[in-house]
Amino acid sequence: MRSFVSHTFTAVVVMAASSAAAAPPSIITQGNGAALACASCHGVDGAGNAPSGFPALAQLPPAYFAKQIADFKAGTRTHPVMTPIAQAMSVEDAESSARHYASQPHPKAGASTADPAVIARGRNLAINGAWGRQVPPCFKCHAADGLGVAPAFPPIAGQHATYTVSQLQAWKTGARTNDPQTLMKVVAENLSEEDIHAVAEYLATLGNRGKENE
Amino acid sequence: MQSPNIWQRSETGGRKMNKFAGYALCVLALGGMLGCDKQPPPPVPADVAPAAPPPVAAPAAAAPTRFTPPAESEIPQNEYGEMVLLGKNIFVNTQQHAKAYVGNGMNCANCHLDNGRKADSAPLWAAYVLYPAYRQKTRQVDTIQSRIQGCFLYSMNGKAPALDSKEMTALVTYHYWLAKGAPTGVKLPGQGYLKVAKPALTPDMARGRGVYENNCAICHGANGEGIKARDEYAFPPLWGKDSFNWGAGMHRVDTAAGFIQANMPYGLGGTLSDQEAWDVALFMNSHERPQDPRFKASVAQTRDTHHDENCLYGRTPEALAASIERTAEAADKAAAKPATEQVEGYSPALSH
Ligand code: HEC
Ligand code: HEC
Repeated sequence: MRSFVSHTFTAVVVMAASSAAAAPPSIITQGNGAALACASCHGVDGAGNAPSGFPALAQLPPAYFAKQIADFKAGTRTHPVMTPIAQAMSVEDAESSARHYASQPHPKAGASTADPAVIARGRNLAINGAWGRQVPPCFKCHAADGLGVAPAFPPIAGQHATYTVSQLQAWKTGARTNDPQTLMKVVAENLSEEDIHAVAEYLATLGNRGKENE
Repeated sequence: MQSPNIWQRSETGGRKMNKFAGYALCVLALGGMLGCDKQPPPPVPADVAPAAPPPVAAPAAAAPTRFTPPAESEIPQNEYGEMVLLGKNIFVNTQQHAKAYVGNGMNCANCHLDNGRKADSAPLWAAYVLYPAYRQKTRQVDTIQSRIQGCFLYSMNGKAPALDSKEMTALVTYHYWLAKGAPTGVKLPGQGYLKVAKPALTPDMARGRGVYENNCAICHGANGEGIKARDEYAFPPLWGKDSFNWGAGMHRVDTAAGFIQANMPYGLGGTLSDQEAWDVALFMNSHERPQDPRFKASVAQTRDTHHDENCLYGRTPEALAASIERTAEAADKAAAKPATEQVEGYSPALSH
């Protein structure tokens, strides 16, 4: 019994070590011929790229990730760059990239240049919402640390402000409609442009930590 | 004085889950003669005219203006303000700040939304000004403190903090501060939970399950178990061992229907029909949860002493649905005469 336990333990340690060291799947680094390498926009580490508006993908729940790829394929979510890439991805590609990015550590936040008053306004929206305008707090559904609630609610803390703004605007205008139960559509419709920028700037400051005070 | 053993967990009842052992017996109770409480009137102090408009209302407003509690930024920077803040923290994160008194996975704010501010979500500013009040069920004058103790015992499935404990002082201070400027002894608009009209069709389990799967499961889990993120409940459980117990007000189907219609799905309050709210409330409250701490001897006896026709304690969903139907018919007949003042979701039952 004891040797069985210790064998199992050794096996688990070896597996964990090897998966940490495992090379990223080729879809990430090389693409598959038809689909560009994921890393060309999102990085191998899934940190994305703020100036270009490429989202961070690190720590996305695999089920959420797979749903987005499936929606791009089906046309229920559209994007000029992502739609053709998703269409060229196999089920295997989607699964291996989802697994890879889910295992990457949360990206580091760059220094924010936003006005502290704007950040404070965004922080208040994220924590308290604005119920007078039917805006629930972001952190009730995306968890108190903003790092998401698997499987359906993605992390939003540490996401690039440009990307968060673009998605909230897309829900508000009806350009993006693949949110479950219209949960995000209703939130976005009740946010002003100023709210959207404030909350996105605040969330972008929350990189690289598991809890507020770590 | 409150009989002390009301606040003590029954040894036999403990944390055991009620197995609906009373199904067979419950049929006997449906005649309405065996302790199924009618909803008595709200606790309005006898010396105050209940219809007086709040002085904070806009002078010439025709419709009653909603009371607005002070903004969080107005909490004073002094010893009093620190106590307000502690009360708020206990209310919002009871798991962390009043751990010793909590026996499930809930926080006070899970049912009193917007940190106890949201109208139709039993807001604290409206509650504070209604007490002390005589309640028929307890046959005594209850205070805001005894009400809060009830919350801990039933909704939090825990134990009541002593009247002189720091937790109690902090919570009362937070209630008081939120009610700043509200008229005392007046039932303010938005008090309690929404009262949802009787549904056109008898509430139904199968429809309720459908509503649940399409509107609730994404957050509260396929089995009502809630969803955790990093070991804390991000979405609270609706039934099971970590949810409110069989003595909590939310286990009443009428109260739950009102809460759900006004507030759920989260962020989409008011979008379910009354029918959907009743159906899903019936489905939600048909599941197991921790025992009623007032449990004595048998489910049937506990039911007959403490539960009425809106409670699924020791009663099948079908029996409850049928009794709601009968009650609604009786109410329809009564409604032929001029309507008496409606009690908005207030449950003066001993059950919290
Ligand atoms: C988008 C996520 C979401 C959806 C969908 C949702 N809820 Fe909730 N629910 C919440 C959150 C978050 C809370 C706690 C609110 C707080 O703490 O401020 C809550 C609280 C509750 C509560 C009170 C606390 C408890 O655990 O008993 C009940 C009852 C409830 N929800 C029922 C429902 C029902 C029924 C539905 C479907 C009609 C539903 N909810 C849909 C997020 C959701
Ligand atoms: C599971 C949901 C739930 C939780 C958790 C909960 N409550 Fe309540 N609370 C209720 C219900 C239901 C009522 C009864 C309101 C009614 O029937 O109108 C109520 C009533 C109250 C009232 C009286 C409201 C009034 O207008 O008379 C106060 C005060 C209160 N709760 C405070 C608290 C505090 C403090 C906590 C945490 C220790 C708490 N509640 C936790 C559901 C909950």
